[in-house]
Amino acid sequence: MRGQQGATNLRTDVLVVGGGGAGMFAAISAARNGAQVVLADKNVVGRGGATIMAQMTCAAALGEQEPDNPDEHLSDTLKAGRGLCNEDLAALLCRNSPHRIRELEGWKVQWARQENGKIRQVIAPGHSRQRCVYVDFLKTGAAISAALRKQIKRADSIRKLSNVSLTDLVARDGEVIGAVGIDITTATPVVIKASAVILCLGGMTKMFKRTTAPNNIAGEGLGLALRAGAKIVDIEFLQFYPNGHMAPRMVGLDPTTWEPTRVKLGGRLLNGEGEEFLQNYGEGNGEAYATSRDALTHAMYKEVEAGRGSPHGGVYLSFQHISQDDLEGALGPILEIFHRNNIDLTKMPVEVYPIAHYQMGGIEVNPRMETSVAGLYAAGELAGGANGANRLSGNALPEAMVFGERAGESAAIYAAKATARDWDGEIATPYVDHIRSLMGKNGGAGNSPASLTGDLKELMWNNVGIYRNQADLEIALAKIRAMRRTDLENLAVSDETVHNASLVEWFELRNGLMAMESLTIAALNRRESRGAHQRDDFPKTLEAYQLSQRISLKDGALVSSFAADPG
Amino acid sequence: MTVAKPAHPDDRKSARLRIWRGTSHDEGDYESFDITFEDGDSVLDSLVALRRDRAPDLALRFSCFNANVCKECTMLVNGTVEYACIAKLWPGEIQLDPLPNRPLLRYLVTDTLPDKEKLEI
Repeated sequence: MRGQQGATNLRTDVLVVGGGGAGMFAAISAARNGAQVVLADKNVVGRGGATIMAQMTCAAALGEQEPDNPDEHLSDTLKAGRGLCNEDLAALLCRNSPHRIRELEGWKVQWARQENGKIRQVIAPGHSRQRCVYVDFLKTGAAISAALRKQIKRADSIRKLSNVSLTDLVARDGEVIGAVGIDITTATPVVIKASAVILCLGGMTKMFKRTTAPNNIAGEGLGLALRAGAKIVDIEFLQFYPNGHMAPRMVGLDPTTWEPTRVKLGGRLLNGEGEEFLQNYGEGNGEAYATSRDALTHAMYKEVEAGRGSPHGGVYLSFQHISQDDLEGALGPILEIFHRNNIDLTKMPVEVYPIAHYQMGGIEVNPRMETSVAGLYAAGELAGGANGANRLSGNALPEAMVFGERAGESAAIYAAKATARDWDGEIATPYVDHIRSLMGKNGGAGNSPASLTGDLKELMWNNVGIYRNQADLEIALAKIRAMRRTDLENLAVSDETVHNASLVEWFELRNGLMAMESLTIAALNRRESRGAHQRDDFPKTLEAYQLSQRISLKDGALVSSFAADPG
Repeated sequence: MTVAKPAHPDDRKSARLRIWRGTSHDEGDYESFDITFEDGDSVLDSLVALRRDRAPDLALRFSCFNANVCKECTMLVNGTVEYACIAKLWPGEIQLDPLPNRPLLRYLVTDTLPDKEKLEI
């Protein structure tokens, strides 16, 4: 329906932004709690986001492999979080993960089984029990996504909206009442009136040069939330995935392939000279693959820093000591994909290095997934706090599913009571006008949003990466602020009315730059090393910093605060 | 132990991409770009680099980048339906066309969404 100024107008009870695992679960849950739902994704609902790329481990204390219970899972999660987990959120994740796994079982997800028919559970680093369920071969995320897509298809009250990118939240009297966005295909503004909005936009790791993230995940959720008045928490904790694929170029498989492969097969880490090195950093030789993600990352970084890296600047991962038969038994059809990429694991190693993977911090929520702004919810990777300073392998998928389900329920209950479902278009007019005013901005002359995004990815990788220090962070902060205040306004935006990607990327950058600035400020302020936040200039973990850091937007400036003064 | 090393990053190869640039299957023309690539790079790798550095108006769609799960980057590579994210570049001329059996939106982007996932316009 065309409304004011040619913008398309929609109305719904609950708007879910982001169609990955958390978003799909939120939509299903909101619908079964009686809400009409619009589920929007700037790519394709059910295929964008990171869940579909997840390869293997999903932690749930089912106790099918050995005795286990959610309290043990919680204890491991808190230990990994290095004192910064929001314990209520972590407990919610651990206690509800088994319910979601059983629910997915009912929705025909084929969890790998033991010979006795029970669900197979394997150990992953940091877990004290065999706890992680999976779908072979490396298809856990794809299988979960397929099951959720099927449920959504069956739900009459969920409307899917693909290729729609949300640019602004609309608030009235401190309450979120909808959102404005762009229909990418037609470059037309769209206004969605909603009684509650759930942000499920994932993390920010696309903004790093080397990343496991899809193109879909750019920190936009943080920018949207901050500009609507919500707080973000502990955003400096960004997990780098130690066994990230680096070379040779491998396509058809996610760059996270090597961690599940190491879980199954072991695998030797070697420096550029072909020597094992983990033992020099107080670890075992790595074949058993028991080293935690942060310790592994540290060892690799130091080896490369010492000039003993592989040609692409990583380290070697070798399976050459494993027989062809054992490789086939463990990897099955995946071996064929390696062969297509000219990778013969019996003859050559691959190069790996830690790459940007997961955002532990995020929008601050309570166990109902409410943000501090009425009507605004967040779930999945975008919700901060459950994993503290370091996330356990296998806790991301439960975070998406458990928090998505909870957010959908909470938002549906809120929407049933809310009266804000209808409003005139005027309150959204500035946002709609802004979208229109950017069409053809700067006459097509100047840098493109894609080019600035490329610069930002380099900057984040080089200056706000695995190991940080004050000088690098200050340079990054100055550059990001210049990008936000000057470069963004000077970008050339196309006037195309068909699939105008530069228009969408401009808004993606506006929100993404705010996320990158938040991360850099938070990293500067945390003058210690803890979990995934490592400072060369402050290498020790300090008790005074066992505090969460919050960032909010005040009068256009990002402001950081700790719960107490760390000194 | 000895290590048989993967190719060095400085070993680059050359190709010419011939890309359909039009808003319908009939109206438009091919534009050629000479590119270099590292052995193993995908067609999508080269298109993303072109958008960033030389042809910002180039239109394509993708999300997962190289995992072959989002299915958005489907196009014709030398006349064969392929996912650009897993189609490998090779030295020589490589022609890229939009999917022929779908309405063309722009350049390499075709209308592949079910109607009910689109906005009513």
